[in-house]
Amino acid sequence: MNRQQTNRLAMALITGVAILVVVPIVLVILFVLYNGIGAINWEFITAAPRNGMREGGIWPALLGTIFLTFGTAIISFPLAIGAAIYLSEYAADNRMTRMVRLAIVNLAGIPSIVYGLFGLGAFVLFLEFGTSILAGSLTLGLLTLPVVISTAEEAIASVPQQFRTVSLSLGATRWQTIRHQVLPHALPGILTGVILGLGRAAGETAPILFTVAAFYLPNLPHSIFDQTMALPYHLYVISTQVPGMPLEIQYGTALVLLLIVLSLTLVATFVRTSMRRRREW
Amino acid sequence: MTQAKISIQNLYYTYEDGIEALRDISLEIPANEIFVLFGPARSGKSTLLRLLNRLSDLDEGSARQGTILFDGKDVFARSVDVSDLRRRISMVFAMPTPLPGSIYDNLAYGLKMAGIRERSELDRRVEQSLKQSALWGEVKDRLGASAFALSGGQKQRLCLARSLALEPDVVVLDNPTSGLDPISTATVEESLYTLKERYTIIMVPHSVQQAARVADQAAFLLDGTLIEVGEAGKMFVQPKDQRTEDYITGRFG
Repeated sequence: MNRQQTNRLAMALITGVAILVVVPIVLVILFVLYNGIGAINWEFITAAPRNGMREGGIWPALLGTIFLTFGTAIISFPLAIGAAIYLSEYAADNRMTRMVRLAIVNLAGIPSIVYGLFGLGAFVLFLEFGTSILAGSLTLGLLTLPVVISTAEEAIASVPQQFRTVSLSLGATRWQTIRHQVLPHALPGILTGVILGLGRAAGETAPILFTVAAFYLPNLPHSIFDQTMALPYHLYVISTQVPGMPLEIQYGTALVLLLIVLSLTLVATFVRTSMRRRREW
Repeated sequence: MTQAKISIQNLYYTYEDGIEALRDISLEIPANEIFVLFGPARSGKSTLLRLLNRLSDLDEGSARQGTILFDGKDVFARSVDVSDLRRRISMVFAMPTPLPGSIYDNLAYGLKMAGIRERSELDRRVEQSLKQSALWGEVKDRLGASAFALSGGQKQRLCLARSLALEPDVVVLDNPTSGLDPISTATVEESLYTLKERYTIIMVPHSVQQAARVADQAAFLLDGTLIEVGEAGKMFVQPKDQRTEDYITGRFG
């Protein structure tokens, strides 16, 4: 085989592998879509489950997931921004900083069920929030921190250093420089990270298992101290715990969950590209 | 001679990596003149400029000895408000770097950070500084346009105007005509002559020729050491030190 043939073979292999990566995601989407689309109608979205969840809709679970996603955003956004600003703008290269970074990396590697147990111990029992939207949001917030902090830090680091130097040289303080030069340009990137984190949080089952999710609760929650149903857990319940469950409702639920997660990822991608286009330097 | 605007006394500066950038520098910089610091690359010129308004604070792990007096006061004293110092000794960088935003935003930025909010005052300073840097005519109808749309020479003058808008006492220019064509260079140099009536100007020139053209006083730096300082008129005609003569006649550097 000569060099040209080797080159062509390598290109073909690499292209093949790249295509292979796309196949599973497309298959999953098509499969769930094919099996679940029949269940989707107005009643399915807006009604509570009936008859031992074998009929009716998913509204309480859908709304619960929306509440939890918002709650997660409210908790992880400020924490992540704070941590990212500290790490990229203030932290000196010392043992303390290295420990914080190590903690973040390890946080990312903790299994989600462990987050769930931690949430149970810390928020539900110790802080006495009970199984509630608050406890669930806090647990999910922790779970998303590593990804949100890393993307936020990257976004802050991508703001050119000269802007900081110029701002300081014009008599701005360090905080003014962060507030007026760094954050406005890093914000879209930070938001991208938050939304990606939310996409992950919206689909997780284990962390909400002990902290917020209700098996069956047709009433909507009234406060952040109420329990709620949530889509991932609802899907788990109707797939494994309810005998005689129509397949279509299971796939319909999976489809809605999938759409929520995918649309969050899509929004994140959109924010990122529109930010790149707006960038002037 | 009246009291020097800036007085540098036995200044040493070493970077984190151990490179001694400045060694025992003592200089008196008089008010309302153009003071030129020249010398080959890595002779310590930019390091010295960055020390004047304490941008050197950003260098982690560096070490300094000696003092810089500005109007008789130590710039490194604890009581000094660094923001205020940087507004009074304002710096223009070699690389013209507009901040993202409009031309107007760029000029008003330092003022807003200083707490000036009045629209009329901002407008007045913007117009005045653009006139001083000979840019007003070219941009007065598009102050809202992005600063990145300006040409290289215009950006350079924008950065000069941005410093002047702060109405500083001292303007520090690190090679303000780098990458400019001869016509833009002449424009900038001409504005310097006018500016020295109001400001003290400290400048690292683009070339020895430029140094000779604009300087009132000049200092020659080599490897972080001050070789010679004095009246530019004498220095560029009859340097006292052999190394200065070698450099300005182009034997090295």
